Amino acid sequence: MGSVGVLALQGDVREHLATLSALGVESARVRTPGELDAVDALVLPGGESTAIAHLLVTSGLREALGERLAAGMAVLGTCAGLILLAREVLDGRADQWSYGALEVSVRRNGYGRQIASFEAPLELADGSSVPGVFIRAPRILSRSSAVEVLATYTHADGTDPVLVRQGPVWGASFHPELTADTTVHRLFVESL
Amino acid sequence: MSDSQTTRTGSTLVKRGLADMLRGGVIMDVVNPEQAKVAEDAGAVAVMALERVPADIRRDGGVARMSDPQMIQEIQATVTIPVMAKARIGHFAEAQVLEALGVDYVDESEVLTPADEENHIDKWAFTVPFVCGATNLGEALRRIGEGACLIRSKGEAGTGNVVEAVRHLRSITAMIRRCQSADANELYAIAKDLRAPLPLVLEVAETGHLPVPLFCAGGISTPADASLVRQLGAEAVFVGSGIFKSEDPVRMAHAIVEASTHFDDPSVIAKVSTGLGSAMRGWETSSLEQRLAERGW
Repeated sequence: MGSVGVLALQGDVREHLATLSALGVESARVRTPGELDAVDALVLPGGESTAIAHLLVTSGLREALGERLAAGMAVLGTCAGLILLAREVLDGRADQWSYGALEVSVRRNGYGRQIASFEAPLELADGSSVPGVFIRAPRILSRSSAVEVLATYTHADGTDPVLVRQGPVWGASFHPELTADTTVHRLFVESL
Repeated sequence: MSDSQTTRTGSTLVKRGLADMLRGGVIMDVVNPEQAKVAEDAGAVAVMALERVPADIRRDGGVARMSDPQMIQEIQATVTIPVMAKARIGHFAEAQVLEALGVDYVDESEVLTPADEENHIDKWAFTVPFVCGATNLGEALRRIGEGACLIRSKGEAGTGNVVEAVRHLRSITAMIRRCQSADANELYAIAKDLRAPLPLVLEVAETGHLPVPLFCAGGISTPADASLVRQLGAEAVFVGSGIFKSEDPVRMAHAIVEASTHFDDPSVIAKVSTGLGSAMRGWETSSLEQRLAERGW
């Protein structure tokens, strides 16, 4: 396994770097196509998806990242990162684009505005629990059969997939990087 | 097992967490939906909805209050990014109204006319998170002690002059370094001198940063200003009058967003600064009749 980049245009970059570091993984900030070339996998952090999408275009990274995704690079997107990877984005800007690398439909702010942001325990496929932090989080509404569900959130109205994977592309509605629990990053890194 | 019984809203983690998500970005003051759209199109991470930008509050005088809810709601309906709004210092009823409107962050702001000359709002009592201004470390830690989840330098709003923001940022970061180098005996006296809660002083001494994100506000009006304050330790930038009082707001908004992300790459700052048109005219702070940064305690 080589180094894992963290897209560092905007958002909670530092927490992802710290989590990777805690796992003993070599990591680097990525703000340019040249820096993207130097990493073997990439984390798309939490932040504002519209701002990150805008900065991907102006930095020349939109095409470069698209090519790496097409070539099968492993990517983990959290919150805004999930939105950027999704095939369909509801309640976004009229011109909101995304890579479509993950065959899911997500609704931006699907759990509500900031006053509805929440913490809740999540259940992994093996029955164990990880802490979930949801901040103006996207909600996964549907997925194709190619998308595997790795963690769920159960609430009064049902159970939602919140950590999903399609081959090398991983997406989380929540922010594993905001807690001391390194499970999600560890599972991603172990898959490389 | 997870169920609705264990779901918690308004925790410190989710309140501070939204500020973490804004890091590296630019938060722009807007007075109508059209400006909010310009801000979002330019890559702003959030907008601050208010009736008058600080430069106009300064010019018009009178009592500056919370904005009309209708205007805030129109902006909420226009953009998908977080919407912040200002309440007067100590005016918890205005903050309650803003929370009821579902704004994403409340700025207990010295730009508005203070409502209480002794007490700030008890921010722990709210689900909505608060940002507060500070001129030094003691003030920042007092606000955090009251529940603020994001600190910004006050600067001198509406002047287009970055000098006060630089003073406040440097004051905060220099005092943090002083705490880090102090021995355990000295930290009690430092907490007393700062009039700051001791546990927060001890935390700063150990971690080397505030317990919440530190952003910059007050007088930023060019891409180079944004680069300067980011290099001085601000993790994101609030721009008030600097965008919509400039000659070409659309270009200025784009340029400051690029400058905040690529703050340590002078070639990017040079590129986005080229042919930008004039920045807001600005004021020399020594000529001001009203210092907004002196409001709050």
